[in-house]
Amino acid sequence: MDIQFTEEQELLRSSVQRLLRDKYDFDARRKIVASEEGFSRKQWAEFAELGLLAAPFSEDVGGLGGGPLSTMIIMQEFGRHLVVEPFVETVVVAGGLIEQVGSDTQKQAYIADIIAGAKLWALAWTEKGSRFDLATVTTTARRDGNDYVLTGEKTAVLAAPWADYLIVSARTSGHHHDRGGVSLFVVDRRAANLDLQSFKTIDGRKAAEVSLRGVRGELLGKEGEGVAALEACRDRAIGALCAEAVGAIGELNAATLEYSKTRKQFGVTIGSFQVLQHRMVDMFIAHQEALSLMQHLSLSLGEDEAGVSRLASGAKSKIGYAAKFVADQAVQLHGGMGMTDELNVGHYFKRISSINIQFGDPAYHVLRYAQLDAAA
Amino acid sequence: MELALSPEDAAFRGEVRAFIKDNYPAEMRVPNPETDLSKEQMLLWHRILYKEGWIAPLWPKEYGGPGWSITRRFVFEQETSRAGTLPPLAFSVTMVGPVIYTFGNEGQKKKFLPRILSGEDWWCQGYSEPGSGSDLATVRTKAVRDGDHYIVNGHKTWTTLAQHADWIFCLVRTDPTAKPQSGISFLLIDMKSPGVTVRPIITIDGSHEVNDVFLENVRVPVENLIGEENKGWTYAKFLLGNERTSMAGIGRSTRYIEKLKKIVKAEIRADDPAHLEFIRDIARVELDVLALEATELRVVAQMARGIDPGPAASLFKIRGTEIFQNITELTHRAIGNYGLAIREHPVSANHFMPGPDYGHTAAEKYLNARKLSIYGGSNEIQRNIIAKAVLGL
Repeated sequence: MDIQFTEEQELLRSSVQRLLRDKYDFDARRKIVASEEGFSRKQWAEFAELGLLAAPFSEDVGGLGGGPLSTMIIMQEFGRHLVVEPFVETVVVAGGLIEQVGSDTQKQAYIADIIAGAKLWALAWTEKGSRFDLATVTTTARRDGNDYVLTGEKTAVLAAPWADYLIVSARTSGHHHDRGGVSLFVVDRRAANLDLQSFKTIDGRKAAEVSLRGVRGELLGKEGEGVAALEACRDRAIGALCAEAVGAIGELNAATLEYSKTRKQFGVTIGSFQVLQHRMVDMFIAHQEALSLMQHLSLSLGEDEAGVSRLASGAKSKIGYAAKFVADQAVQLHGGMGMTDELNVGHYFKRISSINIQFGDPAYHVLRYAQLDAAA
Repeated sequence: MELALSPEDAAFRGEVRAFIKDNYPAEMRVPNPETDLSKEQMLLWHRILYKEGWIAPLWPKEYGGPGWSITRRFVFEQETSRAGTLPPLAFSVTMVGPVIYTFGNEGQKKKFLPRILSGEDWWCQGYSEPGSGSDLATVRTKAVRDGDHYIVNGHKTWTTLAQHADWIFCLVRTDPTAKPQSGISFLLIDMKSPGVTVRPIITIDGSHEVNDVFLENVRVPVENLIGEENKGWTYAKFLLGNERTSMAGIGRSTRYIEKLKKIVKAEIRADDPAHLEFIRDIARVELDVLALEATELRVVAQMARGIDPGPAASLFKIRGTEIFQNITELTHRAIGNYGLAIREHPVSANHFMPGPDYGHTAAEKYLNARKLSIYGGSNEIQRNIIAKAVLGL
C-alpha cells in the first residue's frame, strides 16, 4: 500500500510547498505569531487563492472534490511549516460538518464564504469535565421560534478568537453524558450574550473560554443527533492532525540527522555515537510507521469504509505516541539548543504536544480503539 | 521511608521542620518559584538561612558551615525539599564556594566567602560554550596574560540567571598549545567589568532562566585566578561532582505526585477508564520514586560510614530527571484540554489563564522539564560515566 498521487494531487502538493517555502519560513511564522491577531489574514487569502480552502469539499458545494487525500497533502506541508492559521478548524471541521449534515440553505450560505476565505470558523465542543468525550455536554439549547437559545460554558475552544462563526454542541434533551440529545448549532461569534476570554496556546495559537448566556443559535443537522455527526467530524479532523504530525515528524528527523552530522563533541560528530545512531533509527522507524498509517487512514476516510472511526482512533494513538517519541528525542539530541525559543525544534515539540491533546490524547484513543473492537 | 536516625538527629529533623514552617517567606509561595520571583524575592530565604547559620550545609565550620554530619546534611536537604522551599542559589553556595575554600588563596577566601554566605554576591557559571556542551574540555574562551591582568575573550552560554549575577566563574583557556584538559584555568570575573554582555535566551516554556554571556577584551586581575594557571580542569571536575550530588529530587517528585493525585481526582471521573490508567501510572512513578529514595538512603548510610559513593550521583541524576519528566507529563495530561494553555511571561495579572489554578503551570513545567535530561551533563553522558566507572566498559 503506497499512494501514487495523481497529477492533480502532485500539483496541489507542489503548489503548497512552493507557497510555504516562499512565504512561510520560520521567521515569517514567528512574525505572524507575534502579530496583534496572532495569525495572518494575508496568508489566509493566499490559501484561498491557491484553492486550498476549496480542495477537500465536493464539487456539489463548489469545492475541488479532493476529499481527505487533499487534506492529507495540505496538512503534511502545514505540519512541516508549523502553519498556525485555522485550516483544520474552518475547512476540515466546520466546513466538513456543514457539508455532512447542513441543509442546502446552510451549505449555500456558509461553504462559499469558507472557500473564498471570507469567514473563519471554530468548533466549541469541549467543556469543563468533558475531557475528550463528545457526549458529555451540559450546555443547553432551548427552542425559541425557528431558533434556539444556548446557555453554558465551553472551554479551550481553539481558534475561537479568530472565528466569525462557532459551531456549538448543546443538549436539547437527555442527561449530561447521554449520547442522544446533543445537537449542533451555528452561532455568530459576535452575537449578543456571548463572551470570549482569549488565551495563548502552547503552540503559538489562540483559544478561548466561551460563555453563552442566552445566545441565539441555528440548528445544524438533526436535533439530538449531534454526537454521531461530531464523531464523523472528529475522524476527518484526526486524519488532518495525523498528517500534520507526520509533516512535523519528518522535519524533526531531518533537522536532528543534520545536526548530528555537524555537531562535534569529543573530536567527532555526535552522529558517530552508536547510542545516538540507534535513537535516530528508531525515530526513522517511527516516521515510516506514522506515514503509512496516515496514508491508510486518509484512503479509508476517502472511501468511507466501515470501521474507519476505529482506524482513526488507532492512528491518533499510534501516530501521537510516535510523534511524542520523536519530539522528545529531537529536543534531547539538539541539547540546549532544542530548549530554545529561537530554534524551530522546540516549536515542533510544542505543536506535537498540542496535537496530542486536540480531539483526545493517544491514551484516550488507544482505549477507544480497543473498545470498538470489543463492541464489534 | 526514613533514614534510621539517632534521637539527636531525629530531634534535629524536628527542629528543621519547625524552622521552615515558622520562617519560610509567604511571598515565595508563588505558582512557579523558579520563574516568577524577582532576585530580591529569591534571596529572602537565603538571608533567613544565613542568619540561622544554615546557608551552607556542605561547608566546613571554619568557613561558615554549620558543621553537620553527612546524616544531618541529608536530613536538612530532605526537609527543605519536602517542604517545597526554593533552594538557595547553587552556583554560589554549592558550586563556587567549595572551589574557593578548597583551592583558593587566603585573600580570595576572605574576599568572596562571606559575601557568598550573606547573599551579597550572586554567582553564575561560565562553563558551557556554543561548541562545548558535554565535551567541556574543549572550551575556547581565551585568557591572555597582560601584566597584572588577563584579557578574556569568548562566549559562554546556558548561563543560568546571569541576568542577576554579580560574578561569574569561568573556565578559560590559558594555554592553547596544551592538550584540551591541561590548558584550562579557573577565573573569577566581575560581571560589572567593561566588555561583559548578557543576552537572554528564552526557552520553550517562555521563561528567561538562561543567557549568553559575551566576554570582549575583559580585563581580569590576575589575583582572580583560582589555584594554579592551567590546572582549572581539576577544579572544574571537583565542582561538577558537587553539581551532580543532589539531582535525585525525591522531595520535589513526592510533592508533585501529591499534587498530581489531587488533579486526577478533581479532573477525571471515577467511572472514566482514564481514571484507572492514571491511578496505575501514578503508582508506577511512585514506585520509581520509592526505589530511588531507598537507593539514596542506602548511599547516604554508606557515606556516613565513610564509604565512597562512586558515581552514584550519575544514577541519581538519570533517574531523578526521568522520574520528574514523567510526573510533569502525567500532570500535563491530567488537566486535559486545559493543557493547551500556557502562561505568558513575564507573568502578569492581566493575562487570563483558563481552568482551575492547579493546572496553570502544568504546561510550562512539562516544557521546562525537558531540560533536565540535557543539563548538568546529559543523561547520555551520565550513562557513559557509569559504563566506564562502574561497569569497567
